[in-house]
Amino acid sequence: MDTATTASAPPPRAPQQTGTTRGKPRPGDRIFLGLSRGAGISLLVIMAAIAGFLAYRAGIAISKDDANFLTTSEWNPAGDPPVFGIAVLAFGTVVSSVIAMVIAVPVAIGIALFISHYAPRKIATPLAYVVDLLAAVPSIIYGLWGAIFLVPYLDGLNSWLNEYLGWTYIFEKTGEGVARNLFTVGILLAIMILPIITNVTREVFLQVPKMHEEAALALGATRWEVIRMSVLPFGRSGIISASMLGLGRALGETMAVAVVLSPSFIISGHLLDPGGGTFAQNIAAKFNEADEFGRDALIASGLVLFVITLLVNGAARAIIARRKEYSGANA
Amino acid sequence: MKLQRKNGLRATALGALAISGALVLTACGSDDNTATGSDGGDKTNAASNIKCDEAKGQILAAGSSAQKNAMDLWVKNFQAACSGVEVNYQPIGSGGGITKFTQGQVAFAGSDSALKPEEVEESKKICKGGQGINLPMVGGPVAIGYNLEGVDDLVLDSATIAKIFDSKITKWNDPAIAKLNPDAKLPSSSIQAFHRSDESGTTQNLHKYLSEAAPADWKHDPKSKSWLAPGGQAANGSSGVAAQVKQTQGSIGYFELSYATSQSISTVKLDTGAAAPVEATSENASKAIAAAKVKGTGKDLALSLDYKTKAEGAYPIILVTYEIACDKGNKAETLPTLKAFLNYTASDEGQKVLTDAGYAPLPAEIAAKVREIVPTLS
Repeated sequence: MDTATTASAPPPRAPQQTGTTRGKPRPGDRIFLGLSRGAGISLLVIMAAIAGFLAYRAGIAISKDDANFLTTSEWNPAGDPPVFGIAVLAFGTVVSSVIAMVIAVPVAIGIALFISHYAPRKIATPLAYVVDLLAAVPSIIYGLWGAIFLVPYLDGLNSWLNEYLGWTYIFEKTGEGVARNLFTVGILLAIMILPIITNVTREVFLQVPKMHEEAALALGATRWEVIRMSVLPFGRSGIISASMLGLGRALGETMAVAVVLSPSFIISGHLLDPGGGTFAQNIAAKFNEADEFGRDALIASGLVLFVITLLVNGAARAIIARRKEYSGANA
Repeated sequence: MKLQRKNGLRATALGALAISGALVLTACGSDDNTATGSDGGDKTNAASNIKCDEAKGQILAAGSSAQKNAMDLWVKNFQAACSGVEVNYQPIGSGGGITKFTQGQVAFAGSDSALKPEEVEESKKICKGGQGINLPMVGGPVAIGYNLEGVDDLVLDSATIAKIFDSKITKWNDPAIAKLNPDAKLPSSSIQAFHRSDESGTTQNLHKYLSEAAPADWKHDPKSKSWLAPGGQAANGSSGVAAQVKQTQGSIGYFELSYATSQSISTVKLDTGAAAPVEATSENASKAIAAAKVKGTGKDLALSLDYKTKAEGAYPIILVTYEIACDKGNKAETLPTLKAFLNYTASDEGQKVLTDAGYAPLPAEIAAKVREIVPTLS
């Protein structure tokens, strides 16, 4: 274990830190400042342009919507009058992402700990590669795999959950049908976001100062106590950032959900019943045949997803900021 | 460690390349379920009679995926006969096709519903001095496929179908089904009804059929391209619905006939009120299209289909796709190719190959009208 951690300790800080920037700024500094400032500003401009475009097209659609855009669970922008709302989509997006996070985060932390602190080097390196490779598989392949392989297998799990945990309401199966439901989508999303969370978390765990761990060991702590007392607190903000990256992918995942889910415009708390839908899946399914107005309606739903993603990221930033005292900068 | 990480990246990149390469290759094997036997024979015979006229260069077209298999056959035959000509049809959906047409990006669009009045207005910008017109070109039956062990011959009527898809009939041994099938051993299992999750002209045509033939039992918006009834399960594309029906015991769903034949899924016979229940075949669909009336004016041949027909052997759940082009003001460089191609597709030969691909040829009278109009395009 020791060899693994020693070898993967962070490289020593670059020595040029001592040469401070006091005195005249050199031309190279100024150029670099300009470049990075330009990059930062252009990012803001691009984001504003996207938001502006979405808001403009969404405005056209929402002004003609005959129902409440936020609470209606129906999607018929081609109807007369047009009726559409995002209630089902928002519900499905949030629920499937939450399921994915509940499954993926603990597993990812486990894998990251195993690779960084438990596994012998010979196993850790290939395992890290394999997890990296999972991120390289395109989402449509996850979708096909999910639809052809995962769904038939989850049928059994679904009946089991229904039989023994049916009393929990969420695992009660009220409708007929194969396992093409939000629960399956959540499991699939969990597999898809696993590599992102694992990777970032592993990197963070490897950054834990050696002194912390060795000090704990010297005090007689077991390996688990070392992890609990130095690795996890140090890595907490990293874990949160990693989870948010994963959540971002889960919220926006399109093709895999479109292939696996059997969508319908019904909000149901019974996770095992086929039905529900997500923003991205709905856009993928309806975009081809939609007319101009239908596309505006879909863009309006995209705007809501955009806002949800911004809120989630903002919340994550706030959490990380509160825990600054644990971050690597003070170690 | 530095070195290690680099190697890791390289390994990841290689692996990603290998996997995505494999995926790109597999992605090409799309849901093209044209009966492979159909191209061999027709190709060489058909090639001799196609008039190429002054066709040259490439034309772009886009639209309905319902006629994709027919278009593939036509394009192959046409290109084999006329050297140096390329017809590029992108099956991106009717809505997308019409949008591309009104933006002037394609020579013609394929659509499974006729242009709406506002779309005709918009087409006038592209068609200088003229407007977009609908030319019916491909007909096809929408089959109701089912998977029920021990039942080979299922007869349903429009009201029962409406109730099944609206989740009002949920068991196979429901009295309404039993009455239509006195000899069948119907199980007491639940009906698993499958519908399309994407927007589609197939769904729209089923909606129109149900709301005209069973108005009391189907109250949903007939013009909607997306499924509006609650309940049931959904799958993406006709291929998706067919795959689910094939896999799932006690299921029922709707798709173009070719999907049923290629996967040997049993199809429902319709009790239309005619003397005998009607099977979903190309021939029977043609009989039902023959009952349609032209509702378009001038050169526009938009059809109004008769879903309530009781004619003997007419299968009324039908879909007609149109090719949409300008009557005047087509682009000079694509016009000869456009005319030559549509001439071929509307010809007897062009229509004949449709049967092999699971579609229905146009009735002679309508095909004749299309053939009259195509040469006048300018």
